[in-house]
Amino acid sequence: MAYFLQQLINGLTLGSMFGLIAIGYTMVYGIIGMINFAHGDIFMIGGFIAIIAFMTLGLAGITWMPLALLCILILAMAFTALHGWTVERIAYRPLRGSNRLAPLISAIGMSIFLQNYVQLLQGARNKALPPVIHGSIELMDVDGFTVQLGYLQIVIMLLTVVLMIGLTLLITRTSLGRQQRACEQDMKMASLLGVDVDRTIALTFVMGAGLAAVAGLVWLMYYGVIDFFVGFMAGIKAFTAAVLGGIGSLPGAMLGGILIGLIDTFWAGYFSSDYKDVATFAILVLVLIFRPTGLLGKSDVEKV
Amino acid sequence: MSSTSAAPPPAVMPPATAQPRRAALALIVKDALVIGAIALALAIPLVGFKTVDRGSTTLLETRFGPMLCGVSVIALGRLAFSLINAGYTRTVFTVAATLASAWPLAVILGAAPKGWLPLAWMSWLVALSLALRAAYVVWSERAAAGGNLAPGERMAATVQRLSAFIAPVLIAFAVAMPMLPLADQRWVDLGILVLTYIMLGWGLNVVVGLAGLLDLGYVAFYAVGAYSFAIFAKTFALNFWEALPIAGLLAATFGVLLGFPVLRLRGDYLAIVTLGFGEIVRVVLLNWSDLSNGPKGIGDIPRPSFFGMPFSAAPPAGVTSFHQWFSQHLWEVSFSPIQRAIYLYYIILALALLTNWFTLRIRKLPISLAWEALREDEIACRALGINPTSTKLTAFAIGAMFGGFAGAFFATRQGFISPESFNFMESAIILAIVVLGGMGTQIGVVIAAILLIGGPEWFRDLESYRMLAFGALMVLIMIWRPRGLLAFREPTLRLKPVSAKSP
Amino acid sequence: MTAALLTVEHLTMRFGGLVAVDDVSFTAIDRQITALIGPNGAGKTTVFNCVTGFYRPRVGRLALRAADGHEFLLERMDGFRIAQQARIARTFQNIRLFPRMSVLENLMVAQHNRLMRASGYTLVGLFGLGVYRRAREAALERARYWLDRVHLLDRADDEAGNLPYGAQRRLEIARAMCTEPVLLCLDEPAAGLNARESSELNELILFIRDAHQIGVLLIEHDMSVVMKISDHIVVLDHGRKLADGNPAAVRSDPSVIRAYLGEEEDEELPAEVARDLGVRS
Repeated sequence: MAYFLQQLINGLTLGSMFGLIAIGYTMVYGIIGMINFAHGDIFMIGGFIAIIAFMTLGLAGITWMPLALLCILILAMAFTALHGWTVERIAYRPLRGSNRLAPLISAIGMSIFLQNYVQLLQGARNKALPPVIHGSIELMDVDGFTVQLGYLQIVIMLLTVVLMIGLTLLITRTSLGRQQRACEQDMKMASLLGVDVDRTIALTFVMGAGLAAVAGLVWLMYYGVIDFFVGFMAGIKAFTAAVLGGIGSLPGAMLGGILIGLIDTFWAGYFSSDYKDVATFAILVLVLIFRPTGLLGKSDVEKV
Repeated sequence: MSSTSAAPPPAVMPPATAQPRRAALALIVKDALVIGAIALALAIPLVGFKTVDRGSTTLLETRFGPMLCGVSVIALGRLAFSLINAGYTRTVFTVAATLASAWPLAVILGAAPKGWLPLAWMSWLVALSLALRAAYVVWSERAAAGGNLAPGERMAATVQRLSAFIAPVLIAFAVAMPMLPLADQRWVDLGILVLTYIMLGWGLNVVVGLAGLLDLGYVAFYAVGAYSFAIFAKTFALNFWEALPIAGLLAATFGVLLGFPVLRLRGDYLAIVTLGFGEIVRVVLLNWSDLSNGPKGIGDIPRPSFFGMPFSAAPPAGVTSFHQWFSQHLWEVSFSPIQRAIYLYYIILALALLTNWFTLRIRKLPISLAWEALREDEIACRALGINPTSTKLTAFAIGAMFGGFAGAFFATRQGFISPESFNFMESAIILAIVVLGGMGTQIGVVIAAILLIGGPEWFRDLESYRMLAFGALMVLIMIWRPRGLLAFREPTLRLKPVSAKSP
Repeated sequence: MTAALLTVEHLTMRFGGLVAVDDVSFTAIDRQITALIGPNGAGKTTVFNCVTGFYRPRVGRLALRAADGHEFLLERMDGFRIAQQARIARTFQNIRLFPRMSVLENLMVAQHNRLMRASGYTLVGLFGLGVYRRAREAALERARYWLDRVHLLDRADDEAGNLPYGAQRRLEIARAMCTEPVLLCLDEPAAGLNARESSELNELILFIRDAHQIGVLLIEHDMSVVMKISDHIVVLDHGRKLADGNPAAVRSDPSVIRAYLGEEEDEELPAEVARDLGVRS
């Protein structure tokens, strides 16, 4: 029971991170119908920028954690968002409206490029960060097994909740959000009504990248290490989460992320960690075959 | 932002009066400065700073010098690019071409300091691209005055039409290559490597190029072929030619099993799912030690023998080795590792040519037309009674079979296989070869494989830049020619030649 | 009196809460032209899509009787099998050609199944054996025949997407006929055609019925086509069948007139509508 609870806590934390990345996938798919294959690598870039920001601030003498964290959060989000914007501008916008394979291949190329870009610039080895937020709350102690809820875990989950609320408010209450929803439903009509479609799409990428940056930052703090290849697997899992939750649905992405995080953690905890990636892929395949609209997505009738 | 895409380049405007010209120039400079600012903002975190590992801790170094230079190169490049479009084509061409020719000399002469080498290469690339772009603009203006095809399309059409002539020449060269005086072990090995990728490219081409199914997990069939060959050959003491069909058959079966549930999915989803399958295969091979011996891999895979005669310096008693047989019947040779290499070379050449023959034949059959029709409009195909699933599965199985053959060859050539050789990067490279070469064209795959595999092997020290270049090339070629460099569709060439023209 | 070809019994199709087709039954007779008409939203295309396998109705029986008497139950068949086995061919409201393939290639794709069998499902064809070559020649002949009928012979190698609209419509019908169907379903074949093209279309459809002796089911809004060539008309409105009979009966049916023009019975019909319906105003 205690073990279960611990895995639950760990799974929720991991799931929050996946959810943040998954939102990027789902928003982009919702608006232009393409899988941003490079999104996982944007997350990785967020992590790298975070660690560099950490070290820079450390050298500059800012060590009071809450302030430093806030600065790093802003820096990471800003720079990563810029990367996301640039990727869209260079690799996707020229291909809007061409056949379906071209943007996907361009995205794959971009993903490979980003991975190697970071690898060449920063080196292929893992980059380590000493633990920043220590300590935990002891929840219960059963037969010598202590269930711990780390302060970092609390921070991660709280941060995720705040961002979700903020994003939902943005989408439902602001003009930008309305424009985005309009573009999702009927891009031609939206542009005829005066919505700047290019800008809306760019902003979607920017938002997704910003959230991925947060995920990168907390991933770095949680695991203490970041490397140039982490985006590949995390990206696939986050995409699975987006599909599971219902591609195009924001709460679906977060729900899917949490589910995948839980499955990942429980599988490794109770079976073996060897095949946990296989478990995620299997879920992806099964969902796409049997319920392609995911848990919270809408059913799509083919109009002939 | 001005044009970068596949739209035909604007015609050169005659020099207008001074005022608008100055204003236009001011705009161009402002644009370049904006680009420079964006590049700077992008570069600061990852280029300006470098994380360095010292033992188990990470330290920070700065690289502001190269960063600022790199950003300036980008801004200048943008400026020059805009100037080309604004009509200063010849000026830009002269400057860029001079720089492009000067840089490599400087590098070769060692004039560039070590840490600045990547920057030097980047600047050279920018200069070269500008020179090429300027030349292209001039050429396509001349072309626009003449024919009605964009130069990219004309080049593709020309190469395709000439392929009837190019192909025999290439084949003759390929056959003769190991016999040429220059050919040493390195060349033969390179030839084997390139031919392997050509075969893989042709195999994937059936799936992606002809049937339009984006398979990101093609390496799974390569792996199935290699491992099934290794296991069968070792367990049942089969030789290469006996185990080869088994490998192909198993791979094709695997293809059908994999394809059946997923082929109804839409393009992007299919891509991700096949990627997932590729990874599943790799992870299973890594962990199912009973079957695959895990990360240690399988070694001592039987090497091919020449009609029963092994390629070894000291064969066991009663067995004639190849060099002994050769010495008895032809002329005296001593044992050399290159003999087996040459034999392997001809095997892969034969396999590749088989793949090619198969593809060319199948393009004349109805299934190939059905693949194209499915790509264009699946709903219409269903209304015509075409079974989409079995049609797609056929493509998948054929592609998988050839991947399996290539895998078997890989196993016997290396003598040792491990799951590490079968990762997503391999799938991506093979996909890049198919895509960059021109989806659906045989000659395109050959050229792409020679450039993408052969090229970096020559420039060994640029190895780490190879994948970077792959990625960048994939993006650039998609933007310029979304259907691949040499893709050009000619119906009458491919179709039954007798069109219903009235006599 | 020839036999019933397609029997639709109690067909009901729901999309979520919306009932698109409500308990519709009718029969299409072999070697006759049956027209499905009705105002927009009446459910005609939905019926079509159920018959041709693009929707799966949960309620209803759709039976196609083949020449040998065997009945195909369409509501249980996969979309493509309806075309392949029951031999029902269709065209689409929005024209679905293969735009980047040539006109001739479009017609060859239609003959795919026959060619596949002849090529031994690709295996035999790989080695270029005679049986496949002969089948291919026959297929080319059939394609030429239909190109001739629809006057597209001289455009056989042009890209289908480059044809003018009327030619594309004719090509789609030719392509459907190349599958050698027993029932041809046409979804608004006259949409967007001018008067001359419409009358050529009438000739083509009549030719198909008479020379090839198959049944035709057609959805149409253009009354000049419907009234001139149909043997039998079924009228739908709001998902239900309003009337079912020969053209004379249908055009004078007051509920039909009301459905098209609204509740005001004593209003005079506009001249063109009256002329089309053949009603004296």
